[in-house]
Amino acid sequence: MSRRGFRTGALSLVFAALGGGVLLFIVAPLVSMFLNCSLAELAETAGDDEVRNSIWLTLWTSMGATLIFAVAAIPFSYLLARKDFPLKGLVTGIIDLPIVIPHSAAGIALLGVLARSSFLGRAATKMGFSFISSSAGIMAAMAFVSIPFLINSARDGFLAVPVRLEKAALSLGASPLRVFLTISVPLAARPILSGLILMWARGMSEFGAVLIIAYHPMITPVLIYERFGAFGLKYARPVAVLFIIVCLVFFVMLRLLAKGRQDAQR
Amino acid sequence: MLSVRNVCKTLESFAINDISFEVERGRYFVLLGASGVGKSVVLETIAGLVQPDAGQILLDGKDITNEKIQKRGTALVFQNSALFPHMTVYDNVAYPLRCKKFSRRQIQERVASLGEDFGISGLLGRMPTTLSGGESQRVSLQRAVASEPRCLLLDEPISSLDVKSRPEMRGLLRKINAAGRTIVHVTHDYTEAVSLGTHIAVMEDGRIAQTGTVAEVLRRPRSEFVARFVGIRNFFKGRLEAPRGQAASRRFKTDGRDFSVLNDSEGGEGFIMVKSEDVTIANSPSHTSARNNFEGTIVDVVPAGLGLEVVVDIGAGTAVEVAALITAESVKALALRRGKKVWVSFKASAVKYVEQGTRSAGEWEDDGTGK
Repeated sequence: MSRRGFRTGALSLVFAALGGGVLLFIVAPLVSMFLNCSLAELAETAGDDEVRNSIWLTLWTSMGATLIFAVAAIPFSYLLARKDFPLKGLVTGIIDLPIVIPHSAAGIALLGVLARSSFLGRAATKMGFSFISSSAGIMAAMAFVSIPFLINSARDGFLAVPVRLEKAALSLGASPLRVFLTISVPLAARPILSGLILMWARGMSEFGAVLIIAYHPMITPVLIYERFGAFGLKYARPVAVLFIIVCLVFFVMLRLLAKGRQDAQR
Repeated sequence: MLSVRNVCKTLESFAINDISFEVERGRYFVLLGASGVGKSVVLETIAGLVQPDAGQILLDGKDITNEKIQKRGTALVFQNSALFPHMTVYDNVAYPLRCKKFSRRQIQERVASLGEDFGISGLLGRMPTTLSGGESQRVSLQRAVASEPRCLLLDEPISSLDVKSRPEMRGLLRKINAAGRTIVHVTHDYTEAVSLGTHIAVMEDGRIAQTGTVAEVLRRPRSEFVARFVGIRNFFKGRLEAPRGQAASRRFKTDGRDFSVLNDSEGGEGFIMVKSEDVTIANSPSHTSARNNFEGTIVDVVPAGLGLEVVVDIGAGTAVEVAALITAESVKALALRRGKKVWVSFKASAVKYVEQGTRSAGEWEDDGTGK
């Protein structure tokens, strides 16, 4: 082995050791949590209606938030990928804003807009629902903090679609909407799907913003927090483990689905 | 008829200026120019992908300058096939038909009949990524024709193909044109223009330098640029005879004279071209390896580029003019002047043959035998 190769090898070894430390840091707490939680405890928790309802609520609100906002976010991502307009840099910055501001602060900000006394709040009351302490409010809070993931991923996906193909479709007589639906979206399907999964996963794990808008009905992260505060670690842990298992199952399933799509495309 | 009138467009890297030309219905119009000269922009302007800064585009009498792309009645074929990678060949060809809301049965019938015409019936179930370059270009063409454009726009459709698939592609393009479809074809290769075009326009620096029939432009280039780019002064239409058994020596028969050609292609209708710098002039017959030797009369001596162009009529009865580019010193030393009898010679290997396929003679305003 050359001297240079040897040195690179040694460096790789150091980096691998550092990486191993980081990996251990992520895995160890999770593994210890799983190990400290007996099957009996898990089974009991899974039978608890409050826990089951909160997990179900968390799953459907996060998916609902993702799908509802995707309707606007995907076309918007296309616009960001294809058009230049004044202040585009500012707009791109604004999209990333929810990632950098503290989520409890985001919740406070959102509360100002969605409270019953606000314009949107009053409109919602007229239509017979409220954002505060409701699933609608939970979805709003989840979407607020997770939408950048979808927009950024979909935009990168659209950027990778050759403009030539869109031009060809236009010149073959397709309307711009048809080109978007039959060419751009299918060709960017994988990044869009992975953006949807990211947004959904991020929304599901949201705590701070949701806590401020809607303590009740209780999503699982809030329930874990409440049980920890009221009864301690021993009571919070099984809920956390159960929630993580459910999330992982869904996450892996969707990932596999996305992969299948990719293969069908090639 | 397609009319492009005074079209201007300035882009970041270059501009096209005052582009005007007309293409009669059913013509095969070739826009010829070096790469980066703005040919593709002209095409994209006609297709509506680029909005011109000024000027007008008319198709069959209708102003389509500001018409929506999908309503223009033009279809653009790109250099590298722009097939949709997520659809089968069938779905690609059916795409323009679906846009026009044909019924499922109509689409099936149309795709099947086009598939036969283009010889791609066997490919319909395949995905575009599994096709060869020639196959995908054929599918692209079929897809464009399926949209029934009033004018088919081709952006270097042959350049990206390997040498073997080119003749087949040219044959296909001729067939499409022969069926009456107007074609505008952009290329940097003058042999494509000669082989396919009825009319050509030469572009230089974002402008049209010359337009006319292929024969006019090639034989009588109006500017130094055109002359250098396509300046094949010696350009004859005729028939290449390819008798069995003879390796690569061919006779090319025209109305006036026959020429020797070093070429191994099959016989047929076509053109031969000889660069004027490859032609030698002598006062007496000389014994050299050159296979083409003709006696003729000088009809003109004119300055051309760095030297002089001597035009000799070697025809027996009908005029057949051959131009030779020679130095002023040679003209002086040989005492060349109008009316003098001289010998013209060039090698069989200096003759370039381009096949043309069958085309009605009426589309050639110049009969190819000279003035």
